[in-house]
Amino acid sequence: MTVWRAFKRDRLALLGAIIVAIVVVVAILAPWLAPAPDDATIAVHPVDGLLAPGSGHWFGTDQVGRDILTRVLFGARTSLRIAIEVLVIAALVGMPLGILAGYAGGIVGDVIMRITDVFLAFPALLLSLALAAVLTPSVSNAAIAISVTWWPWYTRLIRAQAATVAASGYVTAARALGVSHVRILIRHVVPNAAAPVIVQASLDFGGVILTAAALSYLGLGAQDPTPEWGLMVNQGQTLFQTHWWVVTFPGLAILVTALGFNLIGDGLRTIIDPRQVLHDRGS
Amino acid sequence: MIRLLARRLAQALVVVAGVVVVTFAVARVIPGDPAVTYAGPRAQKAELEAVRQKLGLDRAWPAQLATYAGGIVTGDWGTSLHTRRPVLDDLATAVPASLELVAVALLGAAALGIPLGVLAARRKGRLVDITIRLLTTLSVSMPVFWLGLILQHQLSWFPVSGEYAADLDYTSPLTVYTHMTIVDAAIGGNGPVLTSALAHVVLPAMAIAAYPLGAIAQMTRASLLEVIGEDHVRMARALGFSERTIYARLAMRPALNPVIALIALVFAYSLANTFLVESIYDWPGLGSYAAAAIGSLDTPAILGVTLLIAIVYVLLNLVVDVVQTLIDPRLRGSA
Repeated sequence: MTVWRAFKRDRLALLGAIIVAIVVVVAILAPWLAPAPDDATIAVHPVDGLLAPGSGHWFGTDQVGRDILTRVLFGARTSLRIAIEVLVIAALVGMPLGILAGYAGGIVGDVIMRITDVFLAFPALLLSLALAAVLTPSVSNAAIAISVTWWPWYTRLIRAQAATVAASGYVTAARALGVSHVRILIRHVVPNAAAPVIVQASLDFGGVILTAAALSYLGLGAQDPTPEWGLMVNQGQTLFQTHWWVVTFPGLAILVTALGFNLIGDGLRTIIDPRQVLHDRGS
Repeated sequence: MIRLLARRLAQALVVVAGVVVVTFAVARVIPGDPAVTYAGPRAQKAELEAVRQKLGLDRAWPAQLATYAGGIVTGDWGTSLHTRRPVLDDLATAVPASLELVAVALLGAAALGIPLGVLAARRKGRLVDITIRLLTTLSVSMPVFWLGLILQHQLSWFPVSGEYAADLDYTSPLTVYTHMTIVDAAIGGNGPVLTSALAHVVLPAMAIAAYPLGAIAQMTRASLLEVIGEDHVRMARALGFSERTIYARLAMRPALNPVIALIALVFAYSLANTFLVESIYDWPGLGSYAAAAIGSLDTPAILGVTLLIAIVYVLLNLVVDVVQTLIDPRLRGSA
């Protein structure tokens, strides 16, 4: 496992791994870790509104008296859920198209790649925002809207891979022996394409989480009372001058989570392919 | 060369045509019944019919698409539902302010990011490098809307809203040439407005600059490290040229090529990021316009902004492609 050894030597990547591990554990254990689990759903306590951080509420409370620490902890679930949904949909749509474009080539491949170019012409935030704006705002629709902007990256990634495999000697040999296209795809092309997709998906977590938070901040993603960090920043922004904690903690949660994933991604990228530098992708 | 240009231009036009189709799909196909969106939930049947006829929704969708695409080409981008003005006019008013903001942000990001990247590359693996990598990763991980709020709160000795102090309109009225306040004030020699505008742009530009700063520094570092590993640089080292000469004379120029391409592409991303920052600072650009449009479910306006930024993105890509091919003859074969 030379990759693992190189990864361990990269202290920043290790830091990223620790952060991500904490976020994942928090997401799983949120109901047990949170001081007031009901505040993540329907509970409101207007009497306790806007309490400053202190012994009762480490991160303070929001306008309707909900414990912000609780909502930040549960927010990890929302963010990870969106990110996983987006990346699974993007991979499930992008991979078959990329395999088809690479393996079949010709006109089919050209058409698929031109469509890919069109979707890549929109900055991720932009197209997902336009889509989310015409859909009913919800966590699932935000995930769908982001997926629509994300799949082309996988198609592009996989096409080259599939084309190389299709042109390789053992595939030609298998064809000559009468092995069907379907069998070649399943036995040779898909397994070869899977690894880069998984790596790319792990690099993309940070970007997806930032995009999702931005959609929710604009009111186009999660809706109250769903605990979502971007939405929490939105709800607290008019109070910032007087009640800093309502905005500060959820924003820090976004920053730290994205940082963790991006540090891992950076480390992986340097180990796997030092020449491939960051995606030109906004947040 | 001419053939190459023509081919790239044709490819870009195909992509722009595709972009128009996608925005059409978002506007007309996905929302179910756009007539209901347009007329409001309480509209009567007859009203809905009237709206359908007005929007052309009673026709087959290829005909609708043709009308829509024809409108885009001839400058009819629809009417904004919240300003009740043609979308293209609204965009023309909003674009200069955003261009100004993004340009200042990218200038700052490049001025700081490139030296940071060079420094990190020269001290690869040392503490300086690790610190810069951590800071730049932090910078690309920033939720920009949150950064905007934090900066506004923490650095409030800078002006926190608008393009320049409004009371200057009485004492030193600004002559408008380009609708970009800083440029106009500089051209007109309007000192007070220039000073005020420069102070006003600092905070929103810092929020917009976070992502480009980190991305530029990381790209500079990676690109420089790659060039340093190439044979001709190793040869120069073996011949005993000083590190200074190697970096300044041999490595920097090829290493900056991808960085310049990145800056052009990040430009479009930053235009999209103005959606998250401008409304915080009452900056009268595309972002504030888009945020208001989202708030009032103004689909024509949202799609107008989307289309505009996508077209800018495609054109910038084209320019970068062509310029790089002109600079680097090695790329010509692959065209």
